[in-house]
Amino acid sequence: MKKIKTYEEINQKLKQGKAVVLTAEEVSEMAKTTGPDEIAEKVDVVTTATFGAMCSSGAIINFGHADPPIRMEKIRLNGVPCYEGLAAVDSYIGATACDPENPQYGGAHVILDLLEGKDVIIEAWGKGTDCYPRKYIKTKININTVNEFILFNPRNAYQNYNVAVNTTKRMIHTYMGTLLPNMRNATYSTSGELSPLLNDPEFRTIGIGTRIFLGGAQGFVVWNGTQFNTTRQKNEFGIPVTNAATIAVMGNLKEMSPEYLQAVYYEKYGVSMFVGIGIPIPILDEDMARRVSVRNSQIETSVLDYGTVGTPKLEQVNYEQLQSGFIRVKGQKVRTAPVSSLAKARKIADNLKYMLQNGKFEVTRPVQLFPNNTSLNSLKETEVEND
Amino acid sequence: MIKRRYILNFPPESGDKPLSYHLVRDYDIRINILKAEVYPGKRGSLLLELQGKKENIEKGVEYLQKHQVVCESLEKRIHFEEEKCIDCGNCTAVCFAGALTMNRETWKLKFDKSKCVVCELCIPACPLHLFEIDFR
Repeated sequence: MKKIKTYEEINQKLKQGKAVVLTAEEVSEMAKTTGPDEIAEKVDVVTTATFGAMCSSGAIINFGHADPPIRMEKIRLNGVPCYEGLAAVDSYIGATACDPENPQYGGAHVILDLLEGKDVIIEAWGKGTDCYPRKYIKTKININTVNEFILFNPRNAYQNYNVAVNTTKRMIHTYMGTLLPNMRNATYSTSGELSPLLNDPEFRTIGIGTRIFLGGAQGFVVWNGTQFNTTRQKNEFGIPVTNAATIAVMGNLKEMSPEYLQAVYYEKYGVSMFVGIGIPIPILDEDMARRVSVRNSQIETSVLDYGTVGTPKLEQVNYEQLQSGFIRVKGQKVRTAPVSSLAKARKIADNLKYMLQNGKFEVTRPVQLFPNNTSLNSLKETEVEND
Repeated sequence: MIKRRYILNFPPESGDKPLSYHLVRDYDIRINILKAEVYPGKRGSLLLELQGKKENIEKGVEYLQKHQVVCESLEKRIHFEEEKCIDCGNCTAVCFAGALTMNRETWKLKFDKSKCVVCELCIPACPLHLFEIDFR
């Protein structure tokens, strides 16, 4: 295929303020009257975004050494357990971590409290060693006292996601929200045509090293996300029709904003964190132009019954239908509701567009592309012999 | 003719009076009971939709208050921390009354309190816990 622009040329235009930047929604609208060849000529970068609950998120924190020092072998931040197996004063606090006695306050809340500048109580225990004699510490930390405070999310920004319904007679509580009995509602979670990984479904420009908008700051794609699956069934527009690929992302929490990260608690499910992610997609050629032109009516996904074991697929619908407020599932008209914020995703896409247009953000050629032809293992149970 | 929703809280001693009958007969108000919880000897709470002439509804409300019934407009009893809302849409999934909906242009949450039936499903459904309703 004919190369139209290189990363370098696009970045040069961005620096000079001459680049044409559109959001993915704007380019999808443009594509109704303009072909991919013309879009490839006219448009340099397309911004994509999402703001939804991403449970596989967390923060790396280095607390600094106390005097006398302690090898922290059990750590609690505001009572929330965090990982203790990383040397003396490094830790990782997962967004969904919590003390079972206080399930409504978890790791995501600790991260947000720190981000908002609040003091957080650290309590840590160690066995006491020659070089780390101390056995116990209880003190306060905040965003300024810790050394590193890094967001590291192993699985974010799902490329498409299922629609959830519940065919049973009782109400169920899930990470997809409250599902009313007898399919009285359906919930969906991606931002459709604005969603990052749906605009580059073959990962030609999103890979290891891609610079992204993360929680209000610049962050990076650092790896493919966990449960990265490239072999899901795709429709005629190249879109996987269920949850497929993911990204692992990292960024400096000290530069982020509570405007784009949010701690949440789902009734009878647990704590999670809303993460704001925006990814700029360089329009290198006609193929990329065609990819970002994808419209809600072309993005299909699977309706799954969350009330039944094995979550059987009941229907396939598209995002135009989902965003209309109603879908049809097995002949029944079902009311739809989003569970991620399209309003906030648009704000991120607009912000990113503004930053790109003003030379404050650039596009990055991936250092390495993601693997292809990956699928998922499930956890098989085999007999374990007792000692 | 206007239509308004009120939350009524009955003290134990008013529980056995046919107050709603008087609203209908004496003040020509159409009443629609949307939710009721009565615990005899303890308390009773009612969500009532009143439809009638404005002055009749005002007089009817006065009549209730005279009989030690706390009667407040539904809107006043619903508390929503709007400024903290992230427009995720979780509450709209459970709101079958249609009070909580998404604006399909801006994708911001719209809350029409006058449509609320106090099912209270939004309270746990909101992942930020921004809703509170004083019904009891």
